[in-house]
Amino acid sequence: MSATESMDSVFIDVQVAEPAASDVALAKKLEEVCPVNIFRATDTGTEIVPGQLDECVLCELCVEAAPAGAVTIIKKYER
Amino acid sequence: MSILLDKETTFIVQGITGREAINLTRECLDYGSKVVGGVTPGRKGREVHGVPVFDTVAQAVENHGGPIDGSVVTVPPGFTKDAVIEAIANGIKLLVIVTERIPRGDVAEMVEFADMHGARIIGPNCLGLIVPEVCKMGGIGGPAKDAAKSYEPGVVGVMSRSGGMTTEISSSLTAAGLGVSTAVSIGGDAIIGSTYAELMPYFEADEETEAIVIYTEPGGRMEAQLAEWKTENNSRLPIVAFMAGKFMDDEEMQGMSFGHAGTIVEGKEDSATEKIKRLEEAGITVVERIDEIPAAVKERIAK
Amino acid sequence: MRFYEYEARKIVELAGIPVTRYGFCQTADEARKVAEEIGGPTVIKSQVLTGGRMKAGGVQFADTPEEAAEHAANILDLEINGLKPVGVLVDPKAEIKQEYYAGVVWDGTAKKPLMLFSDMGGIDIEQVAEDHPDHVGRGHISNLLPVGDFEAKQVIAATGVTASQLNRATPVLARLARLFRDNDMLLAEINPLAELTDGSFVALDAHMEMEDEAVGRQKKLLRKELGIAEEDTRDNYEPSQFEKNVKAIDAADHRGVIQGKDHGFSGNLGLVIGAGGGSLTLTDAVRNQGGKPANYSEIGGNPSVAKACGLAKEVLQKDGVEKIAVMMSIVSNTRVDIVARGVIKACLELDKDPAETIAIFRIPGAWEDEGAKILDHYGVEYCDRTVSLWDAAGRAVAKIQGAAA
Repeated sequence: MSATESMDSVFIDVQVAEPAASDVALAKKLEEVCPVNIFRATDTGTEIVPGQLDECVLCELCVEAAPAGAVTIIKKYER
Repeated sequence: MSILLDKETTFIVQGITGREAINLTRECLDYGSKVVGGVTPGRKGREVHGVPVFDTVAQAVENHGGPIDGSVVTVPPGFTKDAVIEAIANGIKLLVIVTERIPRGDVAEMVEFADMHGARIIGPNCLGLIVPEVCKMGGIGGPAKDAAKSYEPGVVGVMSRSGGMTTEISSSLTAAGLGVSTAVSIGGDAIIGSTYAELMPYFEADEETEAIVIYTEPGGRMEAQLAEWKTENNSRLPIVAFMAGKFMDDEEMQGMSFGHAGTIVEGKEDSATEKIKRLEEAGITVVERIDEIPAAVKERIAK
Repeated sequence: MRFYEYEARKIVELAGIPVTRYGFCQTADEARKVAEEIGGPTVIKSQVLTGGRMKAGGVQFADTPEEAAEHAANILDLEINGLKPVGVLVDPKAEIKQEYYAGVVWDGTAKKPLMLFSDMGGIDIEQVAEDHPDHVGRGHISNLLPVGDFEAKQVIAATGVTASQLNRATPVLARLARLFRDNDMLLAEINPLAELTDGSFVALDAHMEMEDEAVGRQKKLLRKELGIAEEDTRDNYEPSQFEKNVKAIDAADHRGVIQGKDHGFSGNLGLVIGAGGGSLTLTDAVRNQGGKPANYSEIGGNPSVAKACGLAKEVLQKDGVEKIAVMMSIVSNTRVDIVARGVIKACLELDKDPAETIAIFRIPGAWEDEGAKILDHYGVEYCDRTVSLWDAAGRAVAKIQGAAA
């Protein structure tokens, strides 16, 4: 197995804006809908798991589950 | 204009909340397929791209208000058999099993059960089937706009053990102006629900289909079975076959051994070269380079 | 998954088939003890996963426990086809009246297991089937219904066997058929099934192969009854480090499938290819155009970025690999953009320039526009479906030969 380090978020970044980010109920929903575990629900709201960002399949189920504009998906290769 | 599917075909997706199923459900809907429900035990009440999710196939059928024609099964290998039998027990007649690595005994059980109930299984370990501009069951062809590039309605029936090669070959036929009547990714496992020979009668009965292209590899007896079928039936359909994996005939690339008695049943495992000979003897054209397929088809149709 | 003879014997014994009072021994002393318990002439058999034991001297007869110990000591040290035994089987030398063959295999065309039986056992069953077809009985069993004894009886009776032999052989074949199904076997053979002078039937040798896909659900048999460790996979040849690493990466994540083989390959062009049929076609195409693949691989299903990256990294780290060719047939459920992310990440994590390292990227299909964007951002040339598999392979070969020139 390779000993070199793993890089996070090379291609995709996901941001959750306030106040949605602190919404505990939303956090649970986001954690449930994402098929690649990018979101982790905590008791203070949503946490992003950096190691999973590049696995984003652009399904946008998170965007659909959250209030309009709350979740943004950034494609770093489009800059 | 098609085998097995038409504009009215309805189907469910079993295992719909999984990563791959979410993807292919979107694709099938965009393609115009009638995905009328999904089943993931425990997830009743959810929706995937607008498709209602149920706990059981029976609930999906009830919700639909009548029999459902098919199911695309993406349930993990430890649970696939149970899901398929549930589907058949609830009246579903066409099963496309995408899942791979299902134990062979389970596959054999599903196939026998399907036989007993007049159901047909495509797969497992397959990408499904597609009738261009009519219906797509499974991930074959990918998202709708990609599938449209590879699959235009036409005269060639395509059958392939390799999911990827189904689309690769179909794309070249589309580019050559021949088009595809129906393309079937039949699956890569040792035991599958529908072999080339078993699907030939469907193509034979389809007015739109004028020729058949198969993709084949070393291993197994499916090609020999097709050669036998062709010889025994007065088929109107010319068949062109492309065979990959000839490098495996070389040196120490020897794959699995079947054990002594295996060869009694299977016959001496045909090497790629032996298979080619067997196919040609049955009047099947075999091409060596993949880009030679369209020309070979045109030539055979012209005869 | 293959089994040693002593394990296969245990499997048939567990299924209710009579076996001899054998002992599995790993030292000469143990062999002596077992021979003493047996109290008569014995056969000492090397336990290796290869054939030709007799010819290589791996099967010896002993009249006394002392001789048994001596033979055991020699055989335990004897290499057969490059393999050293894991132990020896000490068997009572049987008083055989007649040898039969009983076996169960898969019939892929009928999609059912097939029972086979012959009254000409002890020799190559394929030869018997060819030369004496009426001495081989066959019958399929259902996958769903329980195996009836009468089904085995019919198969045996077809060879002409009758009287008490028929009644003794029937449960053996029936139980063999049941164990074939219950234990997910691909092959289950007893050859010879011996009729001893006292009329009893005993499995003198057994050969079993279990389907790899089923190993996960046969834990009770494998771990508890046979004591086989999870890491003990018994591959046909010793996998290379590359192959082991790729297997580990594949096993760690259930999303998609990757496979890597380099047995028989030693080139400078790493192949990150798929899927299945595409891999075969592309490997042919590379070789037929003068290229030297460093490996074979398969990307299938819908792998995660991590999996695609893992495979590419392993290929790139192989000795002698200068560039990789990333090529697949038109993909439906494998995403072009996900594979693109994976192979580029592999280059970046190994501190290599993706544009220099990736000799060609030819994957048309699902999410190809997105994939092209990613590749463009990193300066990697994207080839779409208008470039055939043949041409893609040709270009990769030209690129790597050009770089060398």
